[in-house]
Parts: sequence; C-alpha cells; structure tokens
Amino acid sequence: MKKVQPLIFELSSPGRKGYSLPALDVPDVPVESLVPKGELRQVPPDLPEVGEVDIVRHYTKLSQLNHGVDIGFYPLGSCTMKYSPKVNEQVSRLPGFAYAHPYQPEKASQGILQLMYEMEQYLAEIGGVSRVSLQPAAGAHGEYTGLLIIKAYHKKNGQKRTKVIIPDSAHGTNPASSVMAGFDIVNVKSNERGGVDLEDLTRVMSEDVAALMLTNPNTLGLFDENIHKIAEIVHAKGGLLYYDGANANAIMGWSRPADAGFDVVHFNLHKTFSTPHGGGGPGSGPVGVVEHLVPFLPVPTVDYDGKKYFLNYDHPDSIGKVKGYYGNFGVVVKAYTYVRALGPDGLKKASEDAVLNANYIMRNILEYYDLPYNRHCKHEFVAAPFRIMKATGVKTLDIAKRLLDHGVHPPTVYFPLIVHEALMIEPTETESKESLDYFIDALNSIAKEAYENPEIAKTAPHDTVVGRLDESGAVRKFNPRWRREA
Amino acid sequence: MYPKSYFYTKSHEYVKVEGKTGYIGLTHFAQDQLGDIVFAELPEIGREVKQGETFGVVESVKAVSDCYSPVSGKVVKVNEKIVDAPETLNKDPHGEGWMIAVEIADMGELKNLMTGEEYEAFPKEPH
Amino acid sequence: MKYTPHTDADRKAMLQSIGVKSVEELFADIPKEVAFTRRLAVPEAMSELELQKHLGNLAAKNADATSHVCFLGGGTYDHFIPAVVDHVISRSEFYTAYTPYQPEVSQAVLQTIYEYQTLICELTGMDVSNASMYDGASAVAEAAIMARATTGRNKILISKSVHPEYRQTLATYNLGLEMETVEMPLKNGTTDTEAVKKLLDGKTAGVIVQSPNFFGAIETPRALVDAVHAAGALLVVIADPISLGLLEAPGNYGADIVMGEGQALGNPMSYGGPHLGFFATREKMARRMAGRIVGATVDNRGQRGFVLTLQTREQHIRREKATSNICSNEALNALAAGVYLTTLGKQGIREVAELCVKKAHYAAKKVVATGKFKLAFNAPFFKEFTVKGAFCPCKVQDELLKHNILGALDVGHWYPELANHLSFAVTEKRSKQEIDELASVLEGVQ
Repeated sequence: MKKVQPLIFELSSPGRKGYSLPALDVPDVPVESLVPKGELRQVPPDLPEVGEVDIVRHYTKLSQLNHGVDIGFYPLGSCTMKYSPKVNEQVSRLPGFAYAHPYQPEKASQGILQLMYEMEQYLAEIGGVSRVSLQPAAGAHGEYTGLLIIKAYHKKNGQKRTKVIIPDSAHGTNPASSVMAGFDIVNVKSNERGGVDLEDLTRVMSEDVAALMLTNPNTLGLFDENIHKIAEIVHAKGGLLYYDGANANAIMGWSRPADAGFDVVHFNLHKTFSTPHGGGGPGSGPVGVVEHLVPFLPVPTVDYDGKKYFLNYDHPDSIGKVKGYYGNFGVVVKAYTYVRALGPDGLKKASEDAVLNANYIMRNILEYYDLPYNRHCKHEFVAAPFRIMKATGVKTLDIAKRLLDHGVHPPTVYFPLIVHEALMIEPTETESKESLDYFIDALNSIAKEAYENPEIAKTAPHDTVVGRLDESGAVRKFNPRWRREA
Repeated sequence: MYPKSYFYTKSHEYVKVEGKTGYIGLTHFAQDQLGDIVFAELPEIGREVKQGETFGVVESVKAVSDCYSPVSGKVVKVNEKIVDAPETLNKDPHGEGWMIAVEIADMGELKNLMTGEEYEAFPKEPH
Repeated sequence: MKYTPHTDADRKAMLQSIGVKSVEELFADIPKEVAFTRRLAVPEAMSELELQKHLGNLAAKNADATSHVCFLGGGTYDHFIPAVVDHVISRSEFYTAYTPYQPEVSQAVLQTIYEYQTLICELTGMDVSNASMYDGASAVAEAAIMARATTGRNKILISKSVHPEYRQTLATYNLGLEMETVEMPLKNGTTDTEAVKKLLDGKTAGVIVQSPNFFGAIETPRALVDAVHAAGALLVVIADPISLGLLEAPGNYGADIVMGEGQALGNPMSYGGPHLGFFATREKMARRMAGRIVGATVDNRGQRGFVLTLQTREQHIRREKATSNICSNEALNALAAGVYLTTLGKQGIREVAELCVKKAHYAAKKVVATGKFKLAFNAPFFKEFTVKGAFCPCKVQDELLKHNILGALDVGHWYPELANHLSFAVTEKRSKQEIDELASVLEGVQ
C-alpha cells in the first residue's frame, strides 16, 4: 500500500553511517597546518546520517509514488514521452564514455570524438542543415544559442535588428529566450487553419526583424501548409527563420526544416531521440545551421582531418561557449545509439506511427470532446471539453485529475494559450493499440461520468497517494527546505 | 457591487479619491479572475506613476497580471497588509485590499475613467 | 531495432477508424515543395547485439579513469561514487518521469528535489536552492542576470581566477544580455582584494569570485563582503561542493549567492556532461532566482506533499518576463547528488574533504621534491594545485599518458602569461602508490 514517505532527514540518527572510505594512506597531518584556521568550517553541514539499508528503502519506497514512461501512458503534449531503450542506458555507462575526462588528450578520446562527429552528421541530415553543434544542454539552451548566432550574423553584416517574431501559440521558452538574447518580441496571429496568418506576418515583418521563431508542426499539432511562403516573406526582408525542434517527432524522414527555409534548427534529444527525461533533465539541445551561419557556431567544433578527429577552436566569428566543455555527451551517446538502432526506415516509421497514434485518439473522442481545429493532426493535437464544461461545470483541470485515478498521466493542460481549457495530447509512436484504446476509454468514461456525477471529477484524484495539493499555500507559506526543529 | 463614488479603468483597477489622495486597488471582478492571490509586487514610496502605466504586479499560483494606474502622481503610501497577507486583495478588494495611495497630480485625469455606474454596466469578459 | 509495437493489422484497424486509406493521407498537408522524398542518409538499422558491439568499440578507443589514473581537474573531478547512487537513479520511476507538473503522481521526484534543495542549503549556508541548472558555467551567467535584476545595475566584476570557460560563457551570454563585464586582477594566484575594492562603484551589480579557484588556490571572499555590500552589489561565490565539507560555507560569511559545478557530487565525469549547476541564495531573493523550486505544502486530506512553487518566475507562465528561459535542467544529476550527499552524510563529507586535502598536499610535496617543478603560487590549496616547470605541458602529458596517467592540465593554454604551468587534482580516490608513481614519472621527464 503506497504511503507518503518521511524525509530522509527524519530518518537520520547521529552516528549512523551509509558509506565506507579507505583509511588515509599518506602521512597524516592536521588540517590546520594545511588550510588557514579562519577558512575552516565552524559548524558541520547538517546532512543526514543513515545506514545503507535505510537509504535504499527510502528511495525505493519513494520512487513507487511516481509515474514514468516505464510505468504507463504519458501523453504530455510537447514533451514527446516516448520509450527510452535500455540498451542506450547500458552503453552510456561504458567506462570509455562515463569515466572520460573532458580535458584528456584528444588522441586518447578518438572514440568519443568520432561518436560526436557522426551524431552531428546524422542530425544535420535529419534537419537538412550544414553543420550541428552538440553543445547546448537543453531545448531552451539551444534556442538561446541559435538566437545568439542569428544576432552575430546580422551584426557581422552591419545590421542591428532588434525584433523577433513569435506566434501566439509558441512555447514559453521562445519569448523567454528571445528576451535573454536582447530582442523585443512581436506577436503574429494564427489563422483559422491554425497556421501563421500570412497577412499579419507581412504586416509585422520588417527590416528590423532579426528572425521568426516557429515550431512546425506547431503546438496545435498542425503542419503549416504555407511554410515555404512564410520563409519567403521573412527572407525577402533579410530576416532568418528559427526552427524550434520540439515537435520534430512528427516529421523525421517526411520533411526537413532547412528544406522548408529554416536557417537555424534545434533538436531536443530527450524528446525526439528517446533519451530519458530524468524527472526534468538532463536533456540536450543540439543546434544546426545552414552554410552561411556555420562560422558563428559555438567552439569547439568536432572536426576530422582524414586521419583523426580533433576539437577545433579556430573559429574567429564563433559566438563562444554557452556552457562548459562540449555538451551533454552522456545524453548524446544515448541519442546516437537510438539513431543507429532505427536507421533511415525506423526514423521515418517512428514519425509515421506517432502521427497515426495521435489521429487515432483524436477521432475516437469526438463524441464528448471538441476540436478547435478539425483537420488531420500530426504527432499531437489539442482538444477541449467545451460541451462538458457548459453542461456540468467539469473543467480540463478536473478531467486531468480524474485521469490520474485511471493510472495514466494527464496530457499537457492549459497550453497553448490560444485555446481555452486546452488538453494537448501526444501519445508518441511507442504505445500499443491497447494502450491507446485504454486511454480513449478513460477519456470517454470520464466525460460520461461528468454528466452523471460531476462531483467525482471535481474532487479528483481519489486513488493517488496524495490528493489535490494546496499550491497557493506553497507560495504564501514558502517552504523550500527542511529545517531541524530547534 | 461596485462603490459608486470610485472611478474605474477598463483594466479593472479603481481609485478611491479622498481629497488629493487616491487609494488604488483591483476591482472584485479582477480578483475573481485571478483566483487566490499569493503575491503582490508594489512600488516604493516616492515612485512616480502615470495614468495607464503599470505600477505593480499581482500573482496567483498560475498567472501574473500587471496593474495599471488609474491616475498620475507620486506614491505616498503602500498597504503593508497586502505584502504580509496578499489574500486581502481577494477578501476585501474595495476596502482593506487597496494597494497604494497616490498624491494625484492632475484631478482632471479622472474624467478619463469610468464612474461607478458606468463600470457596473461595463462588459467583463473572462480571459 | 525498432520500438514501435504496431503490426500491419493494428495499422489497418487504426486507419479505418480514422477514416483514411493510407497513412500518407495524414501527411498530405505537407506542401510538395517541402516534402522529403528520398531515404535519410544515415546508416542502416542495427540489432541490439550489433549496437552493443559498435558502441563497445567506440568506448574502447578512449582512455578513462578506470584504465588510467586520473589527476586531471579544471572543474571536473574523478571522485568516488558510492554504488547506491547509480542504483537509485536507474529506477524507472525516477529516470523515465518528466517535470512534476502533476504533483499527485510525482511525489518521488518532488520530494527528492526538496531533499536535494535542503542538502545544498546546508552545504552552502543558504536559505533556498533551485532544482539545478545546466552546469557551473551557465550558472555563472544566471547569477549575473540575478544580480542585475536585484540591483537594477548592469556591471559585473569577475575574477580572473574564475574558470576560464565560465568567464567565456558569461561573455557569450552577454552578446544577448549586454551587461558590462570587468575582470578583476590577481595577486599571487588569487583575486587581488585591494584592487577589487577600488573597482567597485555604484554601477556594480555583482562581484563573482571562485574558491578554490581554477588554479586550486583557496581565496578569501569574506574579505570582500563588507566592501561589496557597502557598494550596494551582490557577492557571488563559486564554490567546490566537496570543499564545503571542510571549508566555511560562503552563506555563513555573507555571500548573497553561492553556486558552482556539482559534478563532484556523485556524477561521473562523462567527457564534460551532463553535469550539474547548483545555485542557492537568501530567502528574500528567492523570487529573483531562476530555475525550478520545490516547496512543501499539504493536500486536501491533510497530508504533507510537495509541489513546484513560485512558478510565476518561470518561462511557462511569465514567458518574456521570466527570470530565465530555463525549462529542462539536470534533475537526474541533482538526484544523484542528493543520494551522494545522503550516503556520505555529515561525517562522510568531512572525511572525503580531509582525504582530498591531505593527499593533494602529499602529492604537491612529492612533485616539488622531483626538483623539476615548483609550486606556482604561495596560496593555500584544497585538492588541486598548480606548478611551474621547464617543460611544455604537452610533453609532460605525453610522458604521463605512456604510463597510463592522465594529468598535467595545461594552465598556460588559458593564461598565456603562465606558460609551462600545469595543474594536478588529487581526490580521495588517489592512493599513495598512484601518487608516488606520478612523482616518479614526472621525475623522468626530460
């Protein structure tokens, strides 16, 4: 029976030890003779003292309170919660990868550099770009890197452009990254088909615009049929196109962003390329660029001279570094293994089945749920419970909480902002038909139940270890750490 | 519902005029839309504010809202109660829930605002 | 190898249910101008066995800390990782979960982050920590942003002894942030405190120092506290988390932000990533801090529970006005750090730190005793030290490599005025035998 667990500090008892270290084998000297007394710690940090058995039980019992892709369906729109293959976990732990030091000699790191070089090429092929950098640590980091590249490019051409255009359906990282890169944001509206409104784009596009940031398919799961026209409008006035690759799972092998006119592309390896989400990371957000932007990529690049791989810092126009060392190599290993596992047909099939699965769910919940955009979706779609809300008062939040009682993770809720009470559903390609049918049945039965007895959903969840949590209280009575009672 | 003697903005703030001082807060509709207010960012005393420009921010758990000043002037008082107990904005928006007091620079600006009656009738769209 | 379960029968049934004849119909809205019609030019699919072989071959081409003895430092260290750590982070519930947006089914992730936050606060002497940032380098940039937001000023003073890659990252971020950065000079391998006091002015938002610094030397940031605060700026201290088992926590002597690279806490070196930026500050500045924060609360049944809190700082709500664009961070690495700190505990972290400092000093003695190297600076050091010799570092590195030793970091690569300077890091993993062997090889360098 699952229960709320104590904090590890509450299991602590003075003198308990969960570790073992070898005895000092060099001559012992007092620390005061090595470090100035004034720099020494006066009071030891109040870390727990727990034996190994209790440590293991603590984390094991606690872990059982969590949902994950390995436990059940996790249709979080915009996150691509696909299955993380276990062989990826295994190979990433090979000592030749996991225990390599970033400053060790390049001649003793040829396998690592080869893996990075090849991965850059695979991503370049999938995105249609010239070169890729594996340095950014996450999608938002990739966005920021891409925007700095765009800024450097315009500066090199003697242009100071101050604006970035972002659609009203964009993920919050897009405007946040743009502001961090020093740009002002201009919104562009969506049309009734859910794509970018070309008239509005023409109106806001100017020679002061550095770039247009787009996700395609967008956060509504819809591929923009005017994508090549959008590219023309932006390029005609000297702007660049940035592709937010969060939704790349819909198009691998079907369409390449650079072919559609995008100049800068980032990928989320922890989404499209199956690396595990880890409860919030680590991710990896490689950024790829077309030929004329290559000089601005972060340093070092991974190059090959015909005989050996090496790290190349000789890029005078590079924007520099966006983090230490070369990127989240340990994550890249998993994504590389995934690409090698799938091959060209497997990658295309992944996108194909992702799109098939999303459309299958979409068509089977129409009896109760409403679709703001009634057209074939790609890998995800947005629905809303308008009729249910009107008749019963049960909202998206309640439906999400009630889904927890069915043992599935709810979809993304209340995003994108342009759809009121949005439910963004992304099943991914790794779900079986049975899994999809179960989810469809759950959604439909919750709807039916709402009409019969709305209170059940309004007070859900009932079968989880904790019920609805007081989020206002968590802000008003801010408590971000445990403190020992005096 | 809405005190007749107050003046109101289209963005759902009010000003209660007492002599040359205006007590500024959010209307009942505004706090209802925001839900439980958990934090308010208020300007310091002495700050100059302008009619129609932001003077502060209120936050609920899942949303942030800019507050626009109904009048121009200098901030002379800040309601500490809001800082310590932001839920006061929800409980008594038109009374104890005032946010700042401003020394009104130009009484003529009040004609740009709605009266109590006009605000009562003003359509209030949920966002 | 594929991970898509559908059979042809499944697909047929689903297409019928959708009401289309083929899956191509679902892609028909892609304009033909942008449709990709050939096969992706990536290598053909491999079976799992072939994958294991291929990746095994690539891994075997690299030196690593199991095949070689590692004395390299520079921000990444070969520390002991207890077996419990990998065991915990390998649990599916931890590594295949995502951001805890639905707290009712995410209590494990949320509670372990809360525990991690507490552990970091204890280590650093601070009130509130975030759930992690990408690494030490990018966390420096976030500290600069926070200093600007808190003080309203635009200038950062950063010591030349801060890791060069951290300073370079800050410079790159400044292409966007457009903050002014002034480098603080050094005296004898550490920040010149008197020079800093002269550089402080009414435009300074923050002063960033690192201790122990890139050379391994222990600095005295506490000597700057009064002057920095009198100038109205924030003091940011980049700390080595292992050193905080022995050295005073910066929060206890007046730092406003304590941050740094957390890789040493239970995370493998992994050729530079994924690592972990830890970041902590005072409670009154919590709203200016970027990154996720978990808070304790109660549920509707009266039980304690955990949720993401102060979310209005973050990009998914605040969008262009967010404290930062950070979304995914290094959660699993933070979990590893939490397990590590829990496993070592109050006694263990002190023991590790003592082993490091004593072994490092023994090693320094042995290296200097070869007669070929002198300590570069007079400053005290923790687990890393810099020496000067007559040899170009690549020569020393090559000689070491022949003996399966990784070491002799080329400090001069980043500090041209410090040609032929090398650094060595000595952790609790280095045995007396390994240290003696290092000295013996160095003695033989011609």
